[in-house]
Amino acid sequence: MSSATAVGTPSSLGLPRWAATAGAAVVFAAAYLVFRDTATLPHSREAAAPFLAVTELREWIDDNRNDNPLFLYFLNYIRLFVGGLFDAFHTVLYALGWPGITGVMGALGWLAGGRWIAALAVGGVSAFGLLGLWESSVDTLALVAVAVLLSLAVGIPLGVWAGLSGRVRRALTPVLDVMQIMPTFAYLAPLALFFHIGAPAGAIATMIYAIPPAIRITALAVSGVSPTAVEASASLGATGRQTLFKVYLPLARSTMALAVNQTIMMALSMVVIANLISAPGLGGDIIRGLSRAQVGIMLPAGVAVVIMAVMLDRMTMALARRDAHATTSRLDLAGAGLLAVAGLALIPVLPRVWPENLAVNVVAQVNDAVRWAETNWYPVTTFIKDATTRVLLNPLESLLTSAPWWLVALAVLAAAWRVSGLRPALTALACLLAIALLGLWEHSMMTMSTVAVAVLATLAIGLLLGVAAARSPRFSAVQRPVLDAAQTMPAFVYLLPALALFGTTRFTAIFASVIFAVPPVVRLVEDGIRAVPATVVEAAASAGSTPRQLLWKVQLPMARRAILLAANQGIVMTLAMVVIGGLVGAGALGYDVVLGFSQRTDFGMGFVAGIATVLLGVMLDRITQGADRRSSPRKRKFT
Amino acid sequence: MKIRLLAGLLALGITAMGCGGATVDTSTSSAAPDAGASASGTTAGTVKIAINPWVGYEASANVVAYLLKNELGYEVELPEIKEQLAWEGFETGDVDVIIENWGHPDLKKQFIEEKKVAVEAGSTGNKGVIGWYIPKWMADEHPGITDWKNLNKYAELFETSESGDKGQLLFGDPSYVSNEAALINNLKLDYKIVTGGSEAALIKGAQQAQAQKKPLLFYFWDPHWLFSQTELVRVNLPPYTEGCDADPKKVACDYPEMDLDKIVSKRFADTGGKAYELIKNFTWTNEDQNAVADDMTNNGMTGEEAAKKWIEANPAKWQAWIPK
Repeated sequence: MSSATAVGTPSSLGLPRWAATAGAAVVFAAAYLVFRDTATLPHSREAAAPFLAVTELREWIDDNRNDNPLFLYFLNYIRLFVGGLFDAFHTVLYALGWPGITGVMGALGWLAGGRWIAALAVGGVSAFGLLGLWESSVDTLALVAVAVLLSLAVGIPLGVWAGLSGRVRRALTPVLDVMQIMPTFAYLAPLALFFHIGAPAGAIATMIYAIPPAIRITALAVSGVSPTAVEASASLGATGRQTLFKVYLPLARSTMALAVNQTIMMALSMVVIANLISAPGLGGDIIRGLSRAQVGIMLPAGVAVVIMAVMLDRMTMALARRDAHATTSRLDLAGAGLLAVAGLALIPVLPRVWPENLAVNVVAQVNDAVRWAETNWYPVTTFIKDATTRVLLNPLESLLTSAPWWLVALAVLAAAWRVSGLRPALTALACLLAIALLGLWEHSMMTMSTVAVAVLATLAIGLLLGVAAARSPRFSAVQRPVLDAAQTMPAFVYLLPALALFGTTRFTAIFASVIFAVPPVVRLVEDGIRAVPATVVEAAASAGSTPRQLLWKVQLPMARRAILLAANQGIVMTLAMVVIGGLVGAGALGYDVVLGFSQRTDFGMGFVAGIATVLLGVMLDRITQGADRRSSPRKRKFT
Repeated sequence: MKIRLLAGLLALGITAMGCGGATVDTSTSSAAPDAGASASGTTAGTVKIAINPWVGYEASANVVAYLLKNELGYEVELPEIKEQLAWEGFETGDVDVIIENWGHPDLKKQFIEEKKVAVEAGSTGNKGVIGWYIPKWMADEHPGITDWKNLNKYAELFETSESGDKGQLLFGDPSYVSNEAALINNLKLDYKIVTGGSEAALIKGAQQAQAQKKPLLFYFWDPHWLFSQTELVRVNLPPYTEGCDADPKKVACDYPEMDLDKIVSKRFADTGGKAYELIKNFTWTNEDQNAVADDMTNNGMTGEEAAKKWIEANPAKWQAWIPK
């Protein structure tokens, strides 16, 4: 929290405001020293009634899943429908076998973006086989397909409606805002409760997670259609239906391809985590690697997820980038047709599953490499890990857990009020109090300290790289593609290098969340500094400012809003990652969620911990909202 | 064009639904509304043995799987599902067999007695016991450290950056059977549970602790191949008495020695035929399991290879399991 305030208060604002902040800090410090270890809310499994109530609810639901009308006539049907859809995709994909899938994907790639995209698709699909992960990849593909299809089937109509009606948009926006700051983990427990575990529950979780961009971008696209075009069509006597299908949708389609793109990307990052509720696919290999501490098992699966993401991203982006009036040439059609036919024709000839002897097995080599790194870098990595943990993390954690709850609440209120205003401050306070009522105060404070340390590192690195990129076009040109690639990768993949280097500790989660959150922060900072008007920079330079002064006195203060936005995004992304870090030793809330799926008696605690992460997310978001016209997380990526 | 393409994609999806709909796999989607109605396992001849996350379990599962495949001609699936979720798998149809069950009286009551979706299939012959262990050098150097009453005295030794100012008790996979939180609480121990997350983390910790003389207190269990390679000493918690672990929150005693057993789904017991017979007959010793697990972990063999090696070396043992 303190890091956020510091960032939000540029040095140019003068002494009095600094003094007020400093004064407040002194007051809080004094209050802490006087009241420490009083009114703390230690974690206790027994005391917290909400946990037990949820665990009992789960037992009840499990006992009545097949008698209660709500389940019998509604929820079970949804589960059956989604399960049927998944099985259908699964069956078709397996029937196509790898020649068929390769051919069809290649053809789709060709139609979407020409032969290079087709080559990418063919190469990508073959890579799944080469990595020895054919079946898991096909399972994941089927799961993504179902989730994306359902997301679009629900999201596009909702988006169109929101685009046409301001009232619907205003009603949906806050819901979507919260959905986008909800960590992936929070979706799992409620879905396991209502839809049991397995592929259908995984598909539904993925669908819900992936739906916000589908709604949001469609709404944006539809509301962006020029009113004159609508007017023209209306004056020609078109019905509402005709206007929608002949004017709105065609004009909005290139933006809507972006919606498809974003939905797929979101689905891919969720689909792996859905393995925690027994959804099949690559997530299984990654979690298996995690639970055996073998990076060798995880790495191929991680690479496969990245390849799938890049492949689907490039295909849909090619679709979005195409000129609206371009037609597909005969040659392209012929090429695509040829690929598809060749693939389909080869189905009976070639084996359906990628032959095992063509797969490259690197498990042993990767494990050896990791072991080598572990032994040889051990002094360095251990030093970094222990130093960070002892110097930053442990003191902060003990500060937050030993401070009275009311003091923390007051500090949150003051910080949020100062940075973002009264209303967000009250929301933040309400979230914090709700966490206390849920009985997860101590774990939330522990998670918050981990997040704070990670955010500190993220912002330091992000500012450094962002400023460097803004000042040197050459550096920026080198960095951009790296950032692009990093942002295509599903969150989960970042756990791998962290685990390989640091084993399972809280620091592992910090490391993973830093590399996860740095790219968007860098981008926002760079854009913010570049957006400072050239005339201002010119004026300062001609007034004799050194480059250093220029940066500190002009560019950074003027980019304040962008930096605040960067901090906000960094925090939301960091929280999401720290919670996933529960799988690699981050403890606290994330581990509670994991435990909830592993031990039946702790299901309630896991469920409530999921809610607490959402509240924590909303709270941190409100504290750092700052900039009056903020854009929501990830929005930057697609606007 | 783009719209047409999208429409094409959608159409593809819809046709996919159309032609795939008839061949929906019963066992995975039958789950909630009509669990148990379909009789898979008879003709298909597929046995789903859940894989719990420790290598001893995998050793048993792989030996049974090898015999099912090569002696009885069944297909075998080995889905990785953790202990408690595997029990739920009996209900959804995702699991037929748990080959090594560690106690779980609460789950037995719920799934065997109340829901009647699972049945016991006898002992595996393995005796299992969970406990807290330290490397042997610590027991030699620090007198009385193996008595739980002295643990607080030595807590400082076990401090790490993760446990802060308390002693660290290294735990394994979150899904393991665990009384650790209650024990620390009820015995008023100045320790903090740090979850390594896996069996591998425990083994690595134990090996480093013995080799580099680093202090370590950790959760572990027998049967395990590690005992034949690294000298470990068990810490004596207050002895187990019948029923002292009845209330999970009030546990203040050591773990009991358990007779590990096999659990199968009711459906598999009814329709599993020879596969069920084989699983019921399967029983071997801790040494047998450790041999296979050791090959899997330390000699670079896959589960199948290690199982094959044991099966070729011990024909008399497994031939007794094959149903007539």
